[in-house]
Amino acid sequence: MDPTLLLAVNALAGGLFLLCAFGIVTMRQVRGCLNLFIAQSLLLAASAFLLGAAFDSWHLVGVGIVNLIAKPFVIPWILRRMLHEEIYARREIDQAVNIPTSLLAALALVILGYFLTLPILEALDPASRLGNVAIGFAGLFLGAFTLAVRREAVPLLIGVLAMENGAFFAGIAMSRNLPFIVELAIASDGLILVFVVGVLTRMLHRRVGSTDVGALAALKEGEP
Amino acid sequence: MNLFVMLAFPLLAALLCWRARTPGIASGATLASCIAVLVLAIDTAFAALRGGTVVGVEIAVAADALSALMLLLIAVVATGAAFFSRGYMQRMREGPARLWFYYLNFNLFVFSMLAVPLLVEPTLVWIFVELTTLCSAMLVGYENTREALEAAWKYVALSLMGAAIGLLGFLVLFAAMQAAGGGTYTWEGLVQAAPRMPPALIETAFLLVLVGFGTKVGLVPLHTWLPDAHSQAPSPVCAVLSGVETTVILYVILRMLPVLDAVPGVDLQLWTVSFGLLSVGVAAFLLIQVRDYKRMFAYSTVEHMGIILVAAGLGSAAANYSTVYQALTHTLTKSFCFYAAGAALLATGSRDILAQRGLIRRSPATGASLLIGGLAIAGAPPFAVFLSEFSIFRAGLAEGRYIAIGLLVLFIAIGFFAVMRHVNRMVFGAAAGAAEPFRLPASCAAVLVVAAALVIVSGLYLPPPLHELLQRAAARMAG
Repeated sequence: MDPTLLLAVNALAGGLFLLCAFGIVTMRQVRGCLNLFIAQSLLLAASAFLLGAAFDSWHLVGVGIVNLIAKPFVIPWILRRMLHEEIYARREIDQAVNIPTSLLAALALVILGYFLTLPILEALDPASRLGNVAIGFAGLFLGAFTLAVRREAVPLLIGVLAMENGAFFAGIAMSRNLPFIVELAIASDGLILVFVVGVLTRMLHRRVGSTDVGALAALKEGEP
Repeated sequence: MNLFVMLAFPLLAALLCWRARTPGIASGATLASCIAVLVLAIDTAFAALRGGTVVGVEIAVAADALSALMLLLIAVVATGAAFFSRGYMQRMREGPARLWFYYLNFNLFVFSMLAVPLLVEPTLVWIFVELTTLCSAMLVGYENTREALEAAWKYVALSLMGAAIGLLGFLVLFAAMQAAGGGTYTWEGLVQAAPRMPPALIETAFLLVLVGFGTKVGLVPLHTWLPDAHSQAPSPVCAVLSGVETTVILYVILRMLPVLDAVPGVDLQLWTVSFGLLSVGVAAFLLIQVRDYKRMFAYSTVEHMGIILVAAGLGSAAANYSTVYQALTHTLTKSFCFYAAGAALLATGSRDILAQRGLIRRSPATGASLLIGGLAIAGAPPFAVFLSEFSIFRAGLAEGRYIAIGLLVLFIAIGFFAVMRHVNRMVFGAAAGAAEPFRLPASCAAVLVVAAALVIVSGLYLPPPLHELLQRAAARMAG
């Protein structure tokens, strides 16, 4: 296929990827957050397939397959099994910062990501100079921002996963030949991550009665 | 071969804990595995002294002197903590019912830590750094109180955030390797390819790894989780977390320094030194106002990680030696401090400094341990931490870094007075309340004695093989 067309579609996937990251910051329902994470992971896999086709790299296709299985299917499955009530509770989750302000901050982070990646792009070989790099950095920052403004356990976990998605989105463009075994190991690591955080969330729910981790503030300096 | 056996022992022990589910078997298997790992680590250290690098699998698993030093530190602390746990965990609120679960996680945690210095492929190292977080999360939250779970949650959330940043750093590092024309993606291969790497990429990669893994090391401003996690976990786990885990993660950052050195036109010493000084300074002032003695030792860890980073940033051969020396003395001393803190917690049931008054009357062993630990970790003269800190000052002055060293001395002095004030209050004075005598469990007392001996002896005498191991480890930091 024509590489220019593939790269154009890849750019579209990148735009949608960034849009999902914005959604994860601001979504008001836990389930919506999870669905956006699934969409984001599908776009990550799609981008890996597109770049794989454009550069004739089976390696990237493999990365795409691993991501396609682990993130949009296995991780949500684990979460739904372990934290069913958390995800399906139809209630609004509050944020530390209101939505318009977080959107503005998120926008600033994207611009920051773009300027930070300019010197990196110059140093890369010309074939790797793709929008993916800047979008991946921005995705990482937006994930970190999600961690800063969210107060509930599951959206925070999704923030961490979105950060990893961002790192990979930049990675598939920059470091195309990363050993496949490493990709596989990182993906299985992600599954352990979701499992452990899931167990911890359940313990919290049982002990504290809610998963509003933002309200946990017993440990600090000062008078005991 | 040894390297794989070393990794297999904790895994086997974990399997036994999981299948047997009896506290006796779990604790026995853990102790046996830790001792076996200790023997193998000593053997690996000697092999590294004889032949340079011990190779397990080409380009994947190997141990040079720096790795061997880390393995040794992990093994020493893990063995001490496993033995301390025998007496300590029996008296915890949770009782023996979930002890198998504790030991299961303990073994997995030791396994993940051992893998970090053994692997030479940066992205694989990243995976195991993340696993150290995941395996220790349940240990931090083991006591299952509101506070312990809060600490575990903060620990996991911030560490995983840092790990994601570190992952991007390693991916950029790989891109830098590709831009330099490829090669094997190992610590060694990176140093060889470094002269051809574009500075922009390597700088970005290093800063991402420094911020990402710095979170897990507890560098200011991303240290907020550390005093929580390192104070809420059961004391033997604190000894491992504070004593050696932070150092192992810092080791990954240290591995990148020879790569930076070899790239022309890159100078990140200023970043490393100022990041380190910031940690030392903030921790020193926070040390003044702590009310909880386990948090005090946790802040002291933040301080010491900063000191090590400053030493690493100085860059000369002498500074490199004092970096690894400081890592060694901190590990020995800090793990001892947490054993002493655990004993104090058993004696009084309170983490509050003011509730401990006159500890030396109630339990002379505990009081004396706290006093020795406090003096040693604060950097009082006959102890090893003083010697390693002094070697950092000397290396820094030889480099002409007067401002950095001046600040470092000032902060360390503030930290010293803060720690000693708290320790004085706890150990001396009239005992608060009824001073019924308290007997430590035998295993705890034994660990305290051995660890105290290590702390005292290491200040007076460094065995020649260990000295040579330190020198070779320091040489590995120079590329």
